[in-house]
Amino acid sequence: MMQLDQVTKKYLVRKAVNRCTLTIEPGRIIGLIGENGSGKTTILKLLAGLLRPTKGKVLIDSKKVNRSISEKLAYLTDMDYFYPYFTIVELIDFYHSQFKDFDKNRALEIADFMKLNIKQKTKHLSKGNLSRVKIAVTLSRKASYIVLDEPFSGLDPMVRKSIIKGIINFVDLQKQTLIVTTHEVSEVEPILDEVVLLKEGMIIAHKSIDEIREEYGMDVVDWMERVHESTEVYV
Amino acid sequence: MGIDFDGNKPIYQQLINRISSEIIRGHRAVGGKLPSVREYALEAGVNANTVQRVYRELENMEIVETKRGQGTFVTCNLNRLSDLREGMKLEFIQQFIRDMNDMGYSTEEMIEGIKSEGRGSK
Repeated sequence: MMQLDQVTKKYLVRKAVNRCTLTIEPGRIIGLIGENGSGKTTILKLLAGLLRPTKGKVLIDSKKVNRSISEKLAYLTDMDYFYPYFTIVELIDFYHSQFKDFDKNRALEIADFMKLNIKQKTKHLSKGNLSRVKIAVTLSRKASYIVLDEPFSGLDPMVRKSIIKGIINFVDLQKQTLIVTTHEVSEVEPILDEVVLLKEGMIIAHKSIDEIREEYGMDVVDWMERVHESTEVYV
Repeated sequence: MGIDFDGNKPIYQQLINRISSEIIRGHRAVGGKLPSVREYALEAGVNANTVQRVYRELENMEIVETKRGQGTFVTCNLNRLSDLREGMKLEFIQQFIRDMNDMGYSTEEMIEGIKSEGRGSK
């Protein structure tokens, strides 16, 4: 279980995250949604132990999060750098040497599923294929928690689709929990269990997808617009 | 990959209807095996938890049976399947009547319309 308890994160004077309280049950896929600057990436970094809260507590499996959480949390950042002279298979070997829970066979299986040529050097990869590689090495870890920051941004529909398929096929919800931030809400909605809606650093809603459709008779995009417009945030 | 879902109903509900109508149409055989949860999740483009729920609800409706270690199968109970067929018919007819009533058509007009349209397709 992942928990934020009254968490505030300040950068100098600006509150990137403001008094957020959130509980994420295991075995689910959660979409963290909000405009640019609403605090999504900051929340992910707090969960990944890359940032410390200014106030409040961040807990995973009831323990205070620090940098060692990376042993059971796989984090895909929206920026990434791969050594350009590595081929994909060398990159997979490198990850294998870095993470105890990295499953090399799984990595090769995902690379195959994503139709990647593992002999290609990463510097020659298209943007779409580079994103597929990032997803492949992230999902190859048998981590209890997977955190994906904007895995779809700037990608064409085909690549987005293949990443969604990869998530369906290679995330084991019996053992894993996944949080994803995205702007492509309508595309991702069918694979989400819950959405958390952020506005100006505050959590303004947290609901299950079924609940939204059952209670409001609308999809998540329409619901989001309604909630977002009707919520005034006083900082 | 993927099915286009209506925005106004839960996805699991739409998948239950979809599988039910596939069974009625004979696209899924009596006693036939359904795909595994993961296979179907991939085919439909949805979360595995959603498919799990779909199979569980279909099991509660006694339309499918899960055999341990073997998978999920369409029931062999023909009575249950003919109930399902009748139930679906009723549901669609009720919806049709509601829509037509909303637009102000009388029952006679509906029956007349069905008869003359139906002749062409028979």
